[in-house]
Amino acid sequence: MQSGEDLNQDFRPETEAGGLTIRLDVFQGPLDLLLHLIKREEVDIWNIPIARITEQYLEYLEIMKELNINVAAEWLVMASTLIFIKSRMLLPREPAPENAEETEDDPRTELVYQLLEHQKFKNAAEMLFTREEVENAVWNRPPDEVLEDGGDVIAVTLFDLLRAFQEVVRRFESQRVMEVAQEEVTIEQKIEDIRKCFLVHDQLQFSSFFTAASSKRYIIVTFLALLELVRLREIWLFQQQVFEEIQVSRIKESA
Amino acid sequence: MQAVMEAIIYVAEEPVKAEQFQEVFPEESPEAIRRALAELLESFNARPGGMWIREVAGGYRMTTRPEHHEQIRAYLKTRPGAKLSMAALETLAVIAYKQPVTLAEILAIRGKKSSSSLQTLLERKLVCILGRKEVVGRPILYGTSREFLIHFGLNSLADLPTLEEFAQMAGDQL
Repeated sequence: MQSGEDLNQDFRPETEAGGLTIRLDVFQGPLDLLLHLIKREEVDIWNIPIARITEQYLEYLEIMKELNINVAAEWLVMASTLIFIKSRMLLPREPAPENAEETEDDPRTELVYQLLEHQKFKNAAEMLFTREEVENAVWNRPPDEVLEDGGDVIAVTLFDLLRAFQEVVRRFESQRVMEVAQEEVTIEQKIEDIRKCFLVHDQLQFSSFFTAASSKRYIIVTFLALLELVRLREIWLFQQQVFEEIQVSRIKESA
Repeated sequence: MQAVMEAIIYVAEEPVKAEQFQEVFPEESPEAIRRALAELLESFNARPGGMWIREVAGGYRMTTRPEHHEQIRAYLKTRPGAKLSMAALETLAVIAYKQPVTLAEILAIRGKKSSSSLQTLLERKLVCILGRKEVVGRPILYGTSREFLIHFGLNSLADLPTLEEFAQMAGDQL
C-alpha cells in the first residue's frame, strides 16, 4: 500500500473534466486517514492516543481546506466523533464494577472495531487487486468479432442512450416535412417489426430505426420498443468507441 | 473425447461448463464427462506449454500462462487494460463478502459514500442487482456477477479467502 511520508506527498492534484479538482488519492475516506495516522505513529490500535490522533486528523482537514478540497460530510462527521471521544476520555470514569471488562466502557472501542472492519476489507480489496493483476496477464481467445473490429465494444449507458434519443428527435424536428395523419403504430407492433428486422440482420445502427419516422410519437414508440427488447434480453446496445454511433445487435441464443 | 473437449474449450468465448459437454456427448454419463475433464486438465497442464486450462466461473477456459505476459504484450503492442480503482475494489470486496448488500450497508462499512464506485462496478457488469430488501424503502440489494468470477479468475465465490483470514491480517497490521 502507498503511504505518504510527509503531508504534502499524500495529496496529489489531479485534473478532471469540468475544471480543476483535487482528489485525495491515498485517503479515500476518513477511516483510511485514521488508519494511516495510527500506522505512522505505530500506536496500539487498542490504546489509541486519541488526543494526538485527533489533532493530526484536524491538521489534515485544515490542509484539505487550504487546498480547496471540497471536504465531504463524512470527514466532518469523523472529526466530531473524534472530538466527542476525546472529551469523554477526559471525564472521570465511573468506578467500574468488579470483574467488568475494561474495554466495555472505553469510548474508543466502537471506533476501533470500525477501523478493524475497514482494514479487513482493505485487505480483501488488495487480494482482488492482486488477482486482477494476474488476470490481466493472461489472454484467452478473443471472440472473432473483436478480432475483425480490432477494438473492444462498450456497453451503452443510459446517458448515451438519452443523448442518442435527443439527437434523433433533433434531427427529426430540423427536417420536419408535412405531417400527414396516418395510422399510428403501437409499441407491440413496433416490437414485432424490430424482431423481424433482426431475423435478417445481426446488427443495425441505432439511428436506422428512426429514418422512417413520420411523427414524434413514432420516434418515442420505436425508442420504447427498443428499450423493451433490451429488457427482454433479445437485443443489446453497444458502441465501438465512446460518442460513436450506437449499434443495436441481436443477442444470439446461447447454448 | 478429451481431444474434442480440448478443441471446444479452445473455440469457446466463455468458460465451458460440464453440462455443455454433456450436450455434445449425450451418450456419456456425467461421471464419465467429469472424469475425462479432470484427466484432460491434468495432462494438458502438465505440459510445459504456453497455454493452460483453468476452472473459471464453474466452467473450463483456456488461457495463456501468466508468466508469458511480457512477451505477449510486446507482440500485441498493448498496455495493461484499465484497472479498477482502489475505491472500486474496496466497494467490490464489501459486496463480494456481504452480498446481498444494500448501498447503505456498504456505506456503513466503508465509512464513506460509495455510489460512484458502485456505478462503475455496475457498468463493468461485475456487480448486479439481486432484488430489493424487504425493509422500509425497499433498498436495492447488490451482489457479484458471473463476470466478477471471470474477471478475477475465480471458479466460485468459495474460492475467495475467508473474511476471517483478512480479519487476522488486520489484527496483525494494526
